[in-house]
Amino acid sequence: MGMGAETRRLIAERAAKEVTYGMMVNLGIGIPTLVADFIPSSLDVMLHTENGILGMGGSPEPGKEDGNLSNAGGYPVTINTGASFFNSAEAFGMVRRGHLDLTILGALEVNGRGDIANWIVPGKRVPGMGGAIDLAQKAKKVIVLMSHTTKEGKPKILKECSLPLTVKEGAHMIITERAVMRIDSGELFLIEVMPGFSVEDVINSTEAELNVELVGRRTS
Amino acid sequence: MRSKKSSLLNLDILFNGMTIMCGGFGGVGSPPTIIDWILDSGVTNLTLISNDAGFPWIGPGKLVTEKRISKLIASHIGSNPEAGKQMHSGELEVQFFPQGTLAEKIRAGGMGLGGILVDVGLGTSVEEGKEKTIVNGKEYMIEPALTADLAIIACKKADPYGNLIYDQSARNTNPLIAAAGDITIAETVELVETGSLNPEEIITQGVFIDHVIESKGVDWKWVWELKREG
Repeated sequence: MGMGAETRRLIAERAAKEVTYGMMVNLGIGIPTLVADFIPSSLDVMLHTENGILGMGGSPEPGKEDGNLSNAGGYPVTINTGASFFNSAEAFGMVRRGHLDLTILGALEVNGRGDIANWIVPGKRVPGMGGAIDLAQKAKKVIVLMSHTTKEGKPKILKECSLPLTVKEGAHMIITERAVMRIDSGELFLIEVMPGFSVEDVINSTEAELNVELVGRRTS
Repeated sequence: MRSKKSSLLNLDILFNGMTIMCGGFGGVGSPPTIIDWILDSGVTNLTLISNDAGFPWIGPGKLVTEKRISKLIASHIGSNPEAGKQMHSGELEVQFFPQGTLAEKIRAGGMGLGGILVDVGLGTSVEEGKEKTIVNGKEYMIEPALTADLAIIACKKADPYGNLIYDQSARNTNPLIAAAGDITIAETVELVETGSLNPEEIITQGVFIDHVIESKGVDWKWVWELKREG
């Protein structure tokens, strides 16, 4: 990604504002994991993990880690009051059945209609899709967090994804270090510009057609 | 009550080319003692069915690192670069399924079903080559069930009949895989007396288990432990 810790946290903090009371939420690996730090406990959110926890809490204190209590990335976690454990079929049953209010995940490419590519670079990196396809296709709301461009400065928000898809028309929102974008009826809208960037910066670094419809606080 | 308490030393059930299903998620909930026994036996050319390829030194990842696996059916191999290397060199055939679909294929095998109908992955490369059907006006892929010659799982407590309970997020694929083996070996941290497990809280019923063995404990270090040690 090549983004600094501060930028990553800025994106995560903005994403957390999309979380509302009582939601069941799944956070992917990378910047999405940081979102948990910005969700107030007063929202009574239930964090879901693919490996079988509903009601995941924060990281344990050093020395209190338990090898059998971890997130989907294998790192130690805690549980909140009211949490439950279940098997992998049930973990995805609740997703397919439509109980997952929000999933926040990373992406390699997205397009203006909400197609997401995030699990394979053929011939180079083939990690497998894990639960990404299940989550992106079945969550009620899908937010993509990523750097606006590649390390080489090329757009990642494209007219058409070049990589194999994770989901077709799955994303509802894209948040990058430059902008917040909403996808509605197959069209991409620029709704917020992040500090230090202009509308022109965002348009010039986005290949997909972008409708400018700034709303609310403009943070720059 | 019939006791399935076994010693791996007395089991002569491994053979080259067999299909082994292994419980666990990133190695959490994988059975360390059984995996080492398979390694020591020298069997090779195995088909491994597992949520993921573990890490190179953790869980079923060890079998990949030692090149005992010729075919892997999984949802993710990103945490085991050795699996990726072998896949690209052609030594290892890898078949990917979305994680929830893979879990249900295994569950179906264990529950005596022929397969499942699922729409996860329609519109992506997942649907390539898949048989499809329309039920109640909706399109689904037909995903055949998965079973294995041998299923190996880990649990927290077992009674001699093979009734099992698990430990937190180490449950994951274990209860599904427990039922899907032609033979299933459960590795338990604690072997408890018959009658000491609360029937309301038993997760896997002993009827699915053929052998119960006592674990020698996890013999690997987790990634976060290594990071902490620097």
